[in-house]
Amino acid sequence: MSWLTPEVIDILFAVFQAVVILLVAVIAGALLSFVERRVLALWQDRYGPNRVGPFGSLQIAADMIKMFFKEDWIPPFADKKIFTLAPAVAMGTVLASFMVIPVTDTWGVADMNIGILFFFAMAGLTVYAVLFAGWASNNKYSLLGGLRASAQTISYEVFMGLALMGLVAQAGSFNLRDIVEYQAQNLWFIIPQFFGFCTFFIAGVAVTHRHPFDQPEAEQELADGYHVEYSGMKWGMFFVGEYIGIVLISSLLVTLFFGGWHGPFDLLPQIPFIWFALKTGFFIMIFILLRAAIPRPRYDQVMSFSWKFCLPLTLLNLLVTGALVLLNTPAAVN
Amino acid sequence: MEFAFYFSAGIAVAATLRVITHTHPVHALLYLVVSLMAIAMCFFSLGAPFAGALEIIVYAGAIMVLFVFVVMMLNLGRATAEQERRWLTPRAWLGPSVLAALLLVELLGILFHQPGGAMIKGTLVDPKEVGVTLFGPYLLAVELASMLLLAALVAAWHLGRQDKE
Repeated sequence: MSWLTPEVIDILFAVFQAVVILLVAVIAGALLSFVERRVLALWQDRYGPNRVGPFGSLQIAADMIKMFFKEDWIPPFADKKIFTLAPAVAMGTVLASFMVIPVTDTWGVADMNIGILFFFAMAGLTVYAVLFAGWASNNKYSLLGGLRASAQTISYEVFMGLALMGLVAQAGSFNLRDIVEYQAQNLWFIIPQFFGFCTFFIAGVAVTHRHPFDQPEAEQELADGYHVEYSGMKWGMFFVGEYIGIVLISSLLVTLFFGGWHGPFDLLPQIPFIWFALKTGFFIMIFILLRAAIPRPRYDQVMSFSWKFCLPLTLLNLLVTGALVLLNTPAAVN
Repeated sequence: MEFAFYFSAGIAVAATLRVITHTHPVHALLYLVVSLMAIAMCFFSLGAPFAGALEIIVYAGAIMVLFVFVVMMLNLGRATAEQERRWLTPRAWLGPSVLAALLLVELLGILFHQPGGAMIKGTLVDPKEVGVTLFGPYLLAVELASMLLLAALVAAWHLGRQDKE
């Protein structure tokens, strides 16, 4: 076994990590569709899917079999190339964002010093999925959904970035590992960056097109918006992509504001993965609870809330944080 | 690193060529997005990930979305593609491209005759250095750019204003 040098083992382990994180993200996303339906039903005093398998747990298998064997139909009036490209963009960009998330001390795909910016870059590219799907379908409901989605995503991404800049100024790094370490030594960012947390959470919900920000696919008005012409696995990729987006935003919230893999008060440092999974699960549940609890606002309300309330709030937050950081920094010695 | 640079640079050139030659506006914009991402990859391979990420966030993620948005609203159909095809006759582009190709040959000749320029070393420029440089020696340029943006903002507000009677 002469080729099995330490470097090769390192590379193999890194590849193994990446594959495991990818698979966990996809499987968690797929399972979420079942979990969401069950939990929503519980909160709304219904049964939910409970026929297939114990407690309906095989419903997901039934859904997958249906989705895989459905005819993969491309409407004759659609732009075939872009129609096929859109779902791949939807899923690919979200999965690529998982690259920068540090799961535990030793687990994580890429340790980039521009971590957060890479996430924003991928979030910026996600718009194209909806935009192209809406346009390529050549359907007025799809186009309206695509237009709504792109306007909404651009507006919310503006302050999504600004919401995190206060946190970056405090931690002094874009690197997510450094941010987690900073939180372990000081406070978790939920306390000093409370407004940053609120605005980032709202923006996260809006960017994943979840309730109450699901205007792009509002059933009552747009008959499902940008993916109305999709079927089979192409639709499945949009569907699973949305759930993976929820997992992504939840794990980012945990990493950025809730100390990542550390437990509260440094409890039980032996189980970093469990802490991370528990906290991420908590935020996923909040996402689902939001869907159960809040009605959908009107579209112009969504836009004016973004520009007139959230953007000034994040700017103020950044200003105050910057002033405090400057106040606490000893004067630079040239 | 050098291979990564030339590979992404080649993709950028090819994609940009397709932007110009494609007759379908939305497909051409898609190629432009690819070209911008290839340029971002160039920055990454040169060791400037901050610039690369900003390139994607600002150009591919925001400005190009607005371009695509507008083109979609215009609903350009087959007629525009036909018109483009009529405009893109070889007679129109052959002369300028021959001349530009001559210039390219000249540039390549000079590049290959100059001995040993700076090679791609793969040193990493982290965001902090970029910030220190921007707000140190280049402070004036940053302020000027911000004033320009403010002027654009005011102009946009003026154009979009609704007069209430």
